[in-house]
Amino acid sequence: MAALGGLERQPRGFGVALIALSLVPAAWITYAVIGDLFYGTRHLGTDPVKLAEHLFGSWTLRFLLATLAVTPLRRMTGWNWLAKHRRTLGLITFGYVTLHLLTWALLDVQIGISELVGWDDIATDIFKRPFITIGMLGFVLMVPLAVTSTKKMIARLGKNWRKLHRLIYVIAVLGVIHFWMAVKLDIREPAIYGFILALLLGWRWRDARRSAAIREAATP
Amino acid sequence: MTRPDLPSSDITPERTYLDRRAFLAAAGVVGAGLLGARALSARAPDGQGPAQQDSLGKPYGLQPYDRPTPYEDVTTYNNFYEFGTGKDDPAKNAGTLKPKPWTVKVEGLVAKPGNFQLEDFLKPSKVEDRIYRMRCVEAWSMVIPWRGIMLADVIKRAQPTAAAKFVEFTTLLDEKQMPGQRYPSLDWPYNEGLRLDEAMHPLTMLATGVYGKDLPNQNGAPLRLVVPWKYGFKGIKSIVRIRLTATMPKTAWSTAIPGEYGFYANVNPAVDHPRWSQASERRIGVFRRIPTLPFNGYADQVASLYSGMDLRRNY
Repeated sequence: MAALGGLERQPRGFGVALIALSLVPAAWITYAVIGDLFYGTRHLGTDPVKLAEHLFGSWTLRFLLATLAVTPLRRMTGWNWLAKHRRTLGLITFGYVTLHLLTWALLDVQIGISELVGWDDIATDIFKRPFITIGMLGFVLMVPLAVTSTKKMIARLGKNWRKLHRLIYVIAVLGVIHFWMAVKLDIREPAIYGFILALLLGWRWRDARRSAAIREAATP
Repeated sequence: MTRPDLPSSDITPERTYLDRRAFLAAAGVVGAGLLGARALSARAPDGQGPAQQDSLGKPYGLQPYDRPTPYEDVTTYNNFYEFGTGKDDPAKNAGTLKPKPWTVKVEGLVAKPGNFQLEDFLKPSKVEDRIYRMRCVEAWSMVIPWRGIMLADVIKRAQPTAAAKFVEFTTLLDEKQMPGQRYPSLDWPYNEGLRLDEAMHPLTMLATGVYGKDLPNQNGAPLRLVVPWKYGFKGIKSIVRIRLTATMPKTAWSTAIPGEYGFYANVNPAVDHPRWSQASERRIGVFRRIPTLPFNGYADQVASLYSGMDLRRNY
């Protein structure tokens, strides 16, 4: 893939640009929802809370899939410098899911804000409503991944770090199921995410089998 | 031909269905801001005090904190899957619908069936402006000034036979006018139903307008059902057929997801939707949640229709 030359080495400023671009949707949605709720703007239409909640959720899935796409892309293009940005994308994903959760909890359900909603209602939501249970499980599983994203933790966990971070596949599946269950009848959008995830998981599986075969062949 | 066998007790006198609190609100006794239902944006119905409210129509069952939802919100935030599944899709896409000319068929167990031009269908009935609360099953709500006629009026004129127990409504089926019907999200055409006594109730309307104007296409032009004590999906839009039946009609949502949506769909804070609580709701244009009321605040007028029924099972 040398034809795609010029990118064998990382372009200057790529890391900063990646972070800056990734934060644009978050900044815009936050600005828009605050404006709509408190300053009378109308960026997000009639129900800004619901739209902000959904947008943060969609961006979570997009960044999650982007994180999973880094390795296949790196292998196909030979741009090995992409590897170190996988962690950045993973952390950005965690940022979006946190905003999604906060929007749900504080602006939509209004825990601690509305006298009409108690902690027991939240418990019911989390434990008795499967699509929320699944979403929440996905979030909870992301916490250890985010916490162990520092260089120190990578060094300390050694081989276990890779094992732990394989959870990302489980989380991605949970995320797509959560979205699928949240829509009523129009499953077109979650189906697109599901399709991309299936492609990425399929690639992984083939890759794992191929390296296993190579390992086997190399064994005397 | 006999009159529909409705016990006279089922017909609520006007005196009792004018909610006392709505009366107080209309009289300007109760101010805004109660229950923390504070509007946080400039889109809130600014200055729409009781006086302006009166000019929009007669309030029915309104709470002291209820204010009409701004026209822009009422007409840009719609569930009308015939034009797409996003809330803003109907306002963007409903231009393909041609509400004029329009015919409405009245048929089934009636002595006087007919196929009416909409104008002829409406002409004999008194047109009223009424402000009703509207609670969507998705836990958001609005307050909407409707214009329309009483469904009871239409049904009486058709003279139901003694065997008639239910009313079935059907939306237009036309992929060209309603492009959303190309996608099989629901089993098209949309249909809905009421028990005959529900249909005859003096709160049940066939709306032709909002805010004193003709219904915009996205709101179900030219004719839609309004049943204020039921979840919004009962309010079938762009009706082409009204049929009296002896058996409970199939309805679009209860056919699509029977575990989540029932035939009755009475607003009930005590019975949760499987995927969310129905105990409270978010009023469009207002940040803080407000409580969901039994029968959406119309319990005094309609609860007796369901006495002895298990509302948990008949959701």
